[in-house]
Amino acid sequence: MSKHVVVIGGGVAGMEAAGQLSKCGFEVTLIEKENKTGGNINNWYKLFPDRRDSSEVKEYLDMISQKNGIKLLTETTIEKLNRHCDRFSITTDKGTEMTADAIIVATGFDLFKSSRKEEYGYGIYDNVITSAGLEEMFRNGKISLTNGKIPSAIGIVHCVGSRDEKVGNLYCSKLCCVTAVKQAIEIKEHIPESKVFCFYMDMRMGGTHYEELYREAQEKWGVNFIRGKVSEAGESIDNKLVIKVEDTLAGRPLKMELDMLVLMAGMEMSEGGKKIARIGGLNTGENRFFSTSDHHYGSNISNVKGIFYAGTCIGPMSITDTISHSRAAVSDVMDFLRDQ
Amino acid sequence: MQFDPFVIPFNIGLYFILFYVVIRSVIWFRGLSRQDKLRLQRGFFGIAFVQSLKEIFLESLIHRKILKTNFRLGYMHMSLAFGWFLLILFGTIEADMFGAKHLNAPYRAIFFRFFNPEHGRMGIEAAYGFLMDLILAFILSGLLLAVSKRFWSKIVGMKKTARLKVTDKIALTSLWLIFPSRLLAESFTSGTYGTGSFLTGSLGHWMASFLPVQELAYPFWCLYSLSLGTFFILLPLTRYMHIPTELFLIFMRNSGIRTGDKAGSYSEVETYSCSSCGICIDACQLNFSTGINNVQSVYLMKAIRNNDNVADIAHNCLMCGRCDQKCPVGIELSPIRMIQRRGSEAENDIRNIYKGYFRSIQKTEIDKPNGFAVYNFLPEIKTEKADVLFFAGCMTHLTPSIKKAMVKILDASGVNYRFIDEHGGVCCGRPLMLAGQDKEARELINYNSQMIWRSGAHTLVTSCPICYKVFNESYHLDAVVLHHTQFIKNLIDNGAVKMKFLRKRVVYHTPCELGRGSGVYDEPKAVLKHVARLEKSKFEDQNSLCCGGSLANMKISYREKSRIACDAAAELTKGKPDILATACPLCKKTFSQATETRVADISEIVAEALMSSTTPKVISKQFYSIKELADIS
Amino acid sequence: MKKMEKFGFVISKGRQIDYESNDRRIAEYIYKREPSFRLCIECGGCSATCTTGNFTGFSLRELHILIKRGENDKARHDIKKCMLCGKCTLVCPRGVNTRNIVVLARQAFQNYDNYAI
Repeated sequence: MSKHVVVIGGGVAGMEAAGQLSKCGFEVTLIEKENKTGGNINNWYKLFPDRRDSSEVKEYLDMISQKNGIKLLTETTIEKLNRHCDRFSITTDKGTEMTADAIIVATGFDLFKSSRKEEYGYGIYDNVITSAGLEEMFRNGKISLTNGKIPSAIGIVHCVGSRDEKVGNLYCSKLCCVTAVKQAIEIKEHIPESKVFCFYMDMRMGGTHYEELYREAQEKWGVNFIRGKVSEAGESIDNKLVIKVEDTLAGRPLKMELDMLVLMAGMEMSEGGKKIARIGGLNTGENRFFSTSDHHYGSNISNVKGIFYAGTCIGPMSITDTISHSRAAVSDVMDFLRDQ
Repeated sequence: MQFDPFVIPFNIGLYFILFYVVIRSVIWFRGLSRQDKLRLQRGFFGIAFVQSLKEIFLESLIHRKILKTNFRLGYMHMSLAFGWFLLILFGTIEADMFGAKHLNAPYRAIFFRFFNPEHGRMGIEAAYGFLMDLILAFILSGLLLAVSKRFWSKIVGMKKTARLKVTDKIALTSLWLIFPSRLLAESFTSGTYGTGSFLTGSLGHWMASFLPVQELAYPFWCLYSLSLGTFFILLPLTRYMHIPTELFLIFMRNSGIRTGDKAGSYSEVETYSCSSCGICIDACQLNFSTGINNVQSVYLMKAIRNNDNVADIAHNCLMCGRCDQKCPVGIELSPIRMIQRRGSEAENDIRNIYKGYFRSIQKTEIDKPNGFAVYNFLPEIKTEKADVLFFAGCMTHLTPSIKKAMVKILDASGVNYRFIDEHGGVCCGRPLMLAGQDKEARELINYNSQMIWRSGAHTLVTSCPICYKVFNESYHLDAVVLHHTQFIKNLIDNGAVKMKFLRKRVVYHTPCELGRGSGVYDEPKAVLKHVARLEKSKFEDQNSLCCGGSLANMKISYREKSRIACDAAAELTKGKPDILATACPLCKKTFSQATETRVADISEIVAEALMSSTTPKVISKQFYSIKELADIS
Repeated sequence: MKKMEKFGFVISKGRQIDYESNDRRIAEYIYKREPSFRLCIECGGCSATCTTGNFTGFSLRELHILIKRGENDKARHDIKKCMLCGKCTLVCPRGVNTRNIVVLARQAFQNYDNYAI
């Protein structure tokens, strides 16, 4: 009889893990709290670094996860998670009970709630949106202000909710800088005559082709990069946005009026993941993501024997790294179940 | 016999301390300003005198305030203070009634049993003996608590107890020895002669069965006298100076004397009145949330008395005012701390130092490090005329939700207003004052005052309690100063705005600068009751907590402030309200990061509830008549 | 040989930050009493929000970096302009206690060179 592995979370990590587990011959149940799989990838239109369509990646994930043998439970959350002898017993909110030989937790991340950074005016002023909101506009093919007009000066604020002691997130979310550069280019693609400004503390382009994308943004698309942390945003008389920022490299405060402000919201531990941590007795770190058994060679292993991690539930990472991480989780599951 | 050499230490001690207290009181009296001297003289006659006596009875003896806050601690203080008072009173009456003659020297009363060993066998003498024993038992019960408290503070329900110097320890030991030695001395004498009542008699009788009580009596009478004498002589060097000083303080306070801005006789009397009870430590959120427990008011008083490094202690305080509220002696703790903050910035620091028994006036030239602030870059003032000015303040710019809400409310009210610092203004000056830099703040105050005066406005509305407090206290404006909650309440009362009722459960957090700092408690709550379901909270009004965001404390880190905020927010949201309402942008900012519950300023809630009127009435002229202005202020 | 000494390039001393010989006592004074001074990453948030910065050329971030490098002259003059309003401390993403640093810097200037008066 083949062993049963339950994958909690039907996003990129969950789907990849489920697919790989099925290929190895395990019986797999994939549990997802929303009514469809995909998780956060559903929010992105084009992916960095080459701005390829996210639906291509989604197609690949659908293909490997919709195999016979993978049982998919959508709109389902987990209420109880206990270990009995060598097996886990799981109870869902719909009352279904099941036992598992191993569990992969792939609960992913939530975006930082930008209303917590009140001084940027999200939810208070018109035309202050997040990176996710901008992706939505890209998908609909139209970038417009609340009054329907096309914006001509757009500011992008880096590090919203990351690297910020004041909101309790000291860590860097890794991907917002390259997202900002990608989105800046996309804005210029949509509205060639617009002026786009990126306000950064640092430019963290730590992945393959990221730095080249930065160069392309400057060279080909004329995106402006200004080093300075935006301290607050205000409204001017004609409803434009006025930001307060110091151009640190020029050493002087900058005066600028913008039509739209895009906040690069960081990544935080998901609410679903926090719940799993509580009911499963899983340790989380200071950054509230799951803590793994070893940074270098144990990044999929949790403090509970038989429960493994895949994807951004342990910390910010790109889709590329999420897929690799999920495959590594499957390798650890195989190791674990072989010894049983 | 009428006299024995063993009473000499007691006599020396008693006459010394009486003499010393009189001299000190005279010195303090002479140090008062002329106005205060007159006040004090008047305070010795009329109602103030009776009030003072009543307060001395209720607070110095019974310790009613401490009893209310913490019963066991209060009982401990009461039993020692009131019990000793009763012992002296009834002992004097005893010596008068039953002694050889009337009007005896004090030692005849204190050592009555020694000089009248046969007294008390029956009748009224026995009954009186019972009373004396009862009082002694009362004192000893409190003493037991006091000794235990020194080693295990939880027994009186306190988390921490104040630390002591060497002279304090010697004085404390002699204080502790007084009553047990009296007990044993009286018991041994009773055991020898077969007298004494339920306590001393029984104890004496029991000890007589296996101890040579007649020989043991005299050494313990000596110990009794010696411990009394030591205590009295050491008293001025220790914190027990608070016993006589508190009496003087009560008379001064009831005469209307207050601490003021500068150090003087009154602030000195206050620092010596501190009984080191430690209630301020318990009330302090720095102690509770961050474990910082060496900077509270009791330690500040100590540092001032001992001329230690006061500056570090003085600046490490949230200035929330909670300890002021709880101090059972009624010392104005916050003003004294402010004096010390200013002192560390003053050009000449004049300190009255008591080196041992004697006083020396030290005048130290202190460098004025922060006195070189220069604000001559401020631009020329340009204002337009307006009836009402809205001053958001520095902090409100970081909470734009409040700005937007206030603009909506002001627009709906129909008053002719100007938002004078909409694009940034000059700081009100209070942060400088909290750092002790009054002179520098004056420049900013003058600048802002000019602007307000030139606009001709009759009302100044501000959304920040920090600004509100300084506008009221340090600016001398013609205009009426209103906090935005007071302004909104006026709008409601005058029917100028209509609001719908929000079905939300709200808990109100009173900001320190608005509540304890400026005495505004009711208007915010009235406004909230009008628009939502205001719930009661354990920490209300004078007992409210501090959010921890304090501008007054520059010494603690952001993380420590967060801990204070999280603890305070957890307390306030215990009943799981829908909204945690505040009236201060700094409180809002601090609490937003400390709790999951929605945190909103009162102006936001009101703006939500505003029903848009079709045409806002232009009622500025009728809105504020001179009489109404007088009523508002 | 003598002719060779007068030949060649002379680096203008005023341009360089002479890190080794600059007076970093002011920075040391502040580091000791306010350890969070070390955390500054020069993001400029403090200068952006500064109340004084609305009226005059005052950049707290610039003063921080100059003090750290020991280039005290401009800092000595400009540090007097701060109104101590506290907005900078509220904005700082690293949790630097900027308000206390201004107070300490003034103390340090007073202690070490009496404001170079």
